[in-house]
Amino acid sequence: MQQFSSIIAANRFGLGARPGDLAAIGEEGRGWLHSQLTAAAPVLADAGLGTSAGVLAQAFALQRQIQLERRSGGDVQQRLPQFLKPIYVTEATARLRQGVLTDRPFVERLTQFWSNHFAVSVDKQYLAGLAGSFEREAIRPHVLGNFGDLLVAAEMHPAMLLYLDNHLSVGPHSDAARRAELRRRPAKIGINENLGREILELHTLGVGGGYTQADVTSFATVITGWSVGGGNGLFATGPPGRFVFRPDTHEPGPKTVLGRRYADKGYEQGVEVLSELAQHPSTARHIATKLAQHFIADEPPPAVVARLAQAFTEHGGDLRPVYAALIDSPEAWEQPLAKYKTPSDFIVSSYRGLNLPVDSGRGPLAPFELLGQRTWQPGSPAGWPDRSADWDGASALLKRIEWADAVGARLGSRREAAALAPQLLGASLGESTRIAVSRAASASQALTLLLASPEFLRR
Amino acid sequence: MSVMKRRDFLNSGALAAGGAFFTSGLSLAGAPARSRPHARLVLVILRGALDGLAAVPPLGDRDYPRLRGEFALRSPGQPQGALPLDGFFGLHPSLGFLHSSYGARELVVFHAVASPYRERSHFDGQDVLENGSTVPHALQSGWLNRALGSAAPVGTRQSGVALGQNVPLVMRGPAEVTSWSPSKLAGLDEDTLARITDLYARDPLLSVRLADALAADAMVAQNGRLDAMAQEMAAAPDSPSMSPAASPAPKSLAPGADRYAEIVHAAAGFLRQESGPQVAVFDTTGWDTHANEGGAEGQLAGRLAGLDKGLARLREELGSTWKDTAVLLVTEFGRTAAINGTRGTDHGTATMAFLIGGAVAGGRVIADWPGLSSRALYQGRDLAPTLDLRCVLKGVLDEHLSVPQRVLDGSVFPGSESVRPLRGLIRA
Repeated sequence: MQQFSSIIAANRFGLGARPGDLAAIGEEGRGWLHSQLTAAAPVLADAGLGTSAGVLAQAFALQRQIQLERRSGGDVQQRLPQFLKPIYVTEATARLRQGVLTDRPFVERLTQFWSNHFAVSVDKQYLAGLAGSFEREAIRPHVLGNFGDLLVAAEMHPAMLLYLDNHLSVGPHSDAARRAELRRRPAKIGINENLGREILELHTLGVGGGYTQADVTSFATVITGWSVGGGNGLFATGPPGRFVFRPDTHEPGPKTVLGRRYADKGYEQGVEVLSELAQHPSTARHIATKLAQHFIADEPPPAVVARLAQAFTEHGGDLRPVYAALIDSPEAWEQPLAKYKTPSDFIVSSYRGLNLPVDSGRGPLAPFELLGQRTWQPGSPAGWPDRSADWDGASALLKRIEWADAVGARLGSRREAAALAPQLLGASLGESTRIAVSRAASASQALTLLLASPEFLRR
Repeated sequence: MSVMKRRDFLNSGALAAGGAFFTSGLSLAGAPARSRPHARLVLVILRGALDGLAAVPPLGDRDYPRLRGEFALRSPGQPQGALPLDGFFGLHPSLGFLHSSYGARELVVFHAVASPYRERSHFDGQDVLENGSTVPHALQSGWLNRALGSAAPVGTRQSGVALGQNVPLVMRGPAEVTSWSPSKLAGLDEDTLARITDLYARDPLLSVRLADALAADAMVAQNGRLDAMAQEMAAAPDSPSMSPAASPAPKSLAPGADRYAEIVHAAAGFLRQESGPQVAVFDTTGWDTHANEGGAEGQLAGRLAGLDKGLARLREELGSTWKDTAVLLVTEFGRTAAINGTRGTDHGTATMAFLIGGAVAGGRVIADWPGLSSRALYQGRDLAPTLDLRCVLKGVLDEHLSVPQRVLDGSVFPGSESVRPLRGLIRA
């Protein structure tokens, strides 16, 4: 429906309208979205942001220092978190700032989508210092590229290897394992199937995508040796904090995954399997389903899923044609407010709509914690869930209202809610909300009612 | 829907009179076989697949030391040894409160237990654990919600609360439930709240959610007043004795105290109240020990100690309500029988479950032990399941919450006629 063109484009595909956005988009919602896909994906340029390798090298060095000092009885428990936490704050703030200020919010939402698809979580050691650089290094450069490249970049990144324990995984018949056996080391060394399983289940084929436990185990041996430089003991060699292939921990020999045999070419064996997985029909369907669920409805129309999967397959995993098929799906434009905002959506759209400043320090990040979606902390490799029922709890709603109340109190008459309401909600603005906002007892209360309105809670 | 103000709600007398806890009606089906109006149930979901062989080591199994290597626990009595249960099984040394509860006959340990799910995805495993069917994503509601909607009605109080901002799948469904989590912001003024309530009046989702949130908040406020009253009375030696509902007086936690303690405190506050919800659910995470799991000490030992401490706190804070309480602790599946190559364990199949509480007929380990020999292991790698977790859940729902058998077989655990409830888990 034409009347919802701008509001759906800005609020469902984008990150929420800023004043003036809806008028600028007009009835050209599709064109506005298509145009965001043409140029290369934006990079986050900020002098304060370092590389994963740099952060990790420092963290490993600090960890060694801590171990030494602990032996001499020093109080060193907090040193690593003290080093990593400011990095997290800087990175998460830069991400928020990009979300608030970007003129290509569709690309930014896609970035957040893929970052969540390849989720890491900062509750694991080192990840607080890596989650942001992982997104910048592995996700952003490929958001408008090819899924196969995105997949390889994500799985080979030190953040992912550390998060899912692959840096320690050792082939049972590798040189390293044989040496350990000769020395009769009490702790056996061998594979850890965590990363292998999650690649199949979460990142590519999807659960029920046609793999077995044998495939999981075999694939885990394929990627033995995919590690990170500068660790401890067996894992000390290689440039600190960077991807390292360790031939001496790699399980030798050919392996079979999903019925296909892969000759042992060392590190490339894993890349070949990933490339095969990226082109698998189950992967196309899995990605199509997740995209349609994120952009159209909790229960995505099967026709859309089929269309996106077809575009994915026809273009060999190129993502731009898949996004184009999504934009051009009539189902996406039928129903405004079809999705309940996640806490992150709610916060970012509030920042955009009210033009709130993103200062440094912990202040701008506080609402994410308060509303239950701390940036890069989904707590599980499955990432944050994406349906209304996952986010619409009673207590969660009250927290949003309380935060809206605090924002209203802070801004007071510096924003005029009655004028903002049609600018932020467009054709979705209902009569009840319009009247409630215009009749509010104060400017503060009017802003609170606008942010807490049923229309603003959805996208 | 009429405008409801927070103070009006508190003053309405609904709570004091033991009236409706939730504002919308419940769908009630089926007459109760018998009624246990004071029964309380707590469900704790241990997300991430807790290693049952670490929490409840089968010390008497000859294959156990070989499989667990450096992490095998020593026998009871030795330094850092396991805590003794029945001679064959032990408890992890971090589980001191559970162990004393076993001695007090308030703990049943189940072993080699599993949901019907036989793959190894956390997310699908948790889905089956919560939806109550045998297939992931087959249902959009949870078994506990469906049980609540059909259990013995006690006024309209038969309801549940999820401790957390959102409601986990196991508690989602037609029966009215709410969620509660501590707030760090100032409360809303009545006028703003009234206007938002009006604004949501024609939104079927938001109107119900807001009303439930306010009801839960009112309950917590009420509980705070009872706490304060009980403390005053305890301080005055000549004061009349407290009503059972108000005892005991737990020290209130400072805001920002650790999340788990806050949640346990809140859960106890809800369940102690005469007109409060009958069921509380919360979850804990961090059980996915793929690397450096540890043995008597280490990563998992620390997590288990935290869990044990939380349960001890729950007992303390429930006070006299503990005698009517059963706490179920379940996880989506177990972990590999052998230690993996990175000193941890990978996703497995069968594991343990705990049922603890004053209402529990405990002091027993219930296990049809399959053994840990290579031939006995499920698919050559995991503890084999010999007990369907649904037998435990059905037994508890039947005896504790009086959910009729045909409802358990039909809607709570669809198509589970052949899965018989375990009897005798709850004290008569």
